[in-house]
This record gives sequence, C-alpha cells and structure tokens, in this order.
Amino acid sequence: MTPELTPSQTIGPFYHFALPFPGGERLVDPDDPDVVHIAGTVYDGAGEPVADAMVEIWQANRSGRYAHPEDDRDELPLEEGFTGFGRCPTDAEGRYEFVTVKPGAVPGPDGRPQAPHIDVLLFARGLLRQLVTRIYFPDEEAANAADPLIASIEDPDLRSTLIARHIDGALQFDIYLQGENQTAFFDV
Amino acid sequence: MAQRSSSIVGYRRDDAGAPPPYLYPDYKATRLRAPEKPLIILPHTLSEVTGPAYGHAKVGALDHDLTRQFEGEPLGERIIVHGRVLDGDGRPVRNSLVEIWQANAAGRYTHQGDRHPAPLDPNFGGAGRCLTDHEGRYRFITIKPGAYPWGNHYNAWRPAHVHFSLFGPAFATRLITQMYFPGDPLFGQDPIFNSVRDPKARERLISSFDLETTEPEWALAYRFDIVLRGRDATPMENHK
Repeated sequence: MTPELTPSQTIGPFYHFALPFPGGERLVDPDDPDVVHIAGTVYDGAGEPVADAMVEIWQANRSGRYAHPEDDRDELPLEEGFTGFGRCPTDAEGRYEFVTVKPGAVPGPDGRPQAPHIDVLLFARGLLRQLVTRIYFPDEEAANAADPLIASIEDPDLRSTLIARHIDGALQFDIYLQGENQTAFFDV
Repeated sequence: MAQRSSSIVGYRRDDAGAPPPYLYPDYKATRLRAPEKPLIILPHTLSEVTGPAYGHAKVGALDHDLTRQFEGEPLGERIIVHGRVLDGDGRPVRNSLVEIWQANAAGRYTHQGDRHPAPLDPNFGGAGRCLTDHEGRYRFITIKPGAYPWGNHYNAWRPAHVHFSLFGPAFATRLITQMYFPGDPLFGQDPIFNSVRDPKARERLISSFDLETTEPEWALAYRFDIVLRGRDATPMENHK
C-alpha cells in the first residue's frame, strides 16, 4: 500500500524566529558583476501589503545549471557557493528583496529552452498551502515570447504579471494575491 | 548538447483530498489572501524536479534538541517528536532538512507579534532543525507546546501544534505543515485543522503517542510520519 500524503497547513504569522537565516536573501555577492536586485511587495485582496509572508526562490546559476544532482549537464559549470535557493520574509511594508543573478536558460518540454526564470514559493498566514509563481525577465522578450509556459496562459494581462519590471536599476516583481491584477499562480 | 529534459519525470499530482483549499472562509485570513483566478497547470520541468535539497542546512549538534539551546532547561513537559519522512511510494527521503517551530508550554511564541498574555520562557526558543538519516528518520527533543487563543472567531483556540517545514528532493515536494497531538479537545473548533476536508487526510496531521520510544523516567514520545509527493514513474537509470 502506498502511503498517503501529509496535507499542507499554513505557515502562520510566527515563523520569523525559526525559518529566516542570515544571508537568505543574498544568493550572490552584491559586488558580483552580474548582480541583479529583484524586489517587490506582496498585496492582499484589499490592496494592503502582506507583512507576514515568506518568499522563497529557486533558480539555476548564470550558465543555466541547477545545483542539484538531477541536473547532470556537466558541460555547464557549477558555481561554488551558489545554491540557487533564497528565502526572504516580507517586512512591515510587505516588501521582499533578493540579490542574485539572472539564471541561464534551462530546457523545458521537448528539449526546447525555457526563457530564463526563477521559481517562486509564497507562504503566509491565510495561505493554507503555498502559492507558486515564476519571475521572468523584461530584457528577454524573444525568449519570453517563445516560452511554453507563458504561452499556455491565454489572458495577456495574466501573462504579463509574470514578467518583472525595470525600475531604477532594479527589477520589481510585485505579487497580488487577488483582484484584477492578480498574479498568475501555478498548480505544480 | 544532450537534452535530458525530454526524459524529465515529474512528481505525481494524485493528492486529491489531501491539500486544503486556498479559500476556507471559516479561517478568516483566507478571504483576502486566497487567489481568485484558477491555477495554471505547470508541467514539471528541470526547474521543478530539482530543488534546494539541503536547503541552507549547516545543522548544529544541538539544533534538534530544543531543551538544550539555552542556559537552563525550559519549563513544561519534555517530549520526543520523531518519525520518518517518506515519498509517495514509501521510500525514505534521505538527508533532507526538517525545520520545526512552536509555542512554549504556556502557549506563547518567542515572537514580538505574539500578544498572548502568557509567560515567555527564557530557556526556550522554540525553533529546531535536523537532517533525515538514511532511513528518512528524524528526531527532536522539545517541550509540549500549549494551546493559545487567536482572534479568528469568538473564543478561538489553536490546538497544540508543532510547525514543520520540509524540502524533500525537489521544488515540487516542498511542504509546510503542522503536527497535532492525539485527542486534542480543540480540534472541532479549529478552522485551520478542519480546512483539510477529508477526515482521513486530517488524521494524518495528528501524531501518535509512542510508548515504545518513550524513555523511562525522562520523556514521552510522539511519532509523526510525513509523506511527500511521489514520482510519476521510476526515473530512467541513464538519461544522459
């Protein structure tokens, strides 16, 4: 008999003393020549910032390699110290920020490349299970247009929620939990 | 360049009944936070079958023992919380990070946002972590957490619980959940527990008292096995 899954429960509001860790939002050195700052605010359905959420990201390195045994494309270099994992609690204004690099393209269905992207998990009080979205990059128009996952979304407004915006030298990726601007969330 | 993407084996979505809905109005905070638009199916790619397998773990020798992280011993009922982390095919999830956090024996978190007028314990932080072993086993020593009130509805109390965070082998297996204690009289009025609609799935959130692991003259034991998603099919032996 196969065992049955353990259900999810909310992270709740009181995780801060346990889960965040020093440097959790910093995947590369801020002096890295390829550094990218990705920041955003999480908003609830009333337009209020969500001050008790936790954002996690998972991404390939700049050459498109994941630091994981199942990515055995040895022709692409691993980077020492680059785990590809980040964790950042939102602050009192609902903001998070990661210091990272743009990942290289990684293969998707049928071996076609996916546009460079970062997988995002969002946890919060009031979320009985995590939400999943992706951050894509605004300077990758051609790759974004050819990306099979983006293409699978019919509504162009919903599609556009996945693409970060260039603002003041940083990338902004706000997350809207509800409403007409709601971010596209995935069933993973 | 070899493209192994075509041989990616995803994780099963056979979790009917287990996950709670996003919108569960009895739990008021879901009303403004549950997404309204349908989720978009994301066929698993290399991005989802990989993941932060070891998280950020540099696990310290006492990280699993919440009773020995401060000068003195915390107040409350010392307990052992242990179990196995398995995948959906019953295989152990090895060398994988397990993080826990909880209120103290009086039902108070060491968190500035917790306004419950119950005492803090200077000898209890309430956070722990460990790695699963080769059999998927984990083990914590802690204090039985207290129930605490919250503002969800009149006279709302959370049943005693320990929060668990698990990674498993892939992005697609990430799980945050809560472990409860058997026979808690507060289950019936708790919308977070009851948000899991399938009663059998709900039972899987409740630990079992474990006399065999209970240590004489020292601590009661509770067992909590955790099952993460399984793979669609056996991964190919050689997908180079």
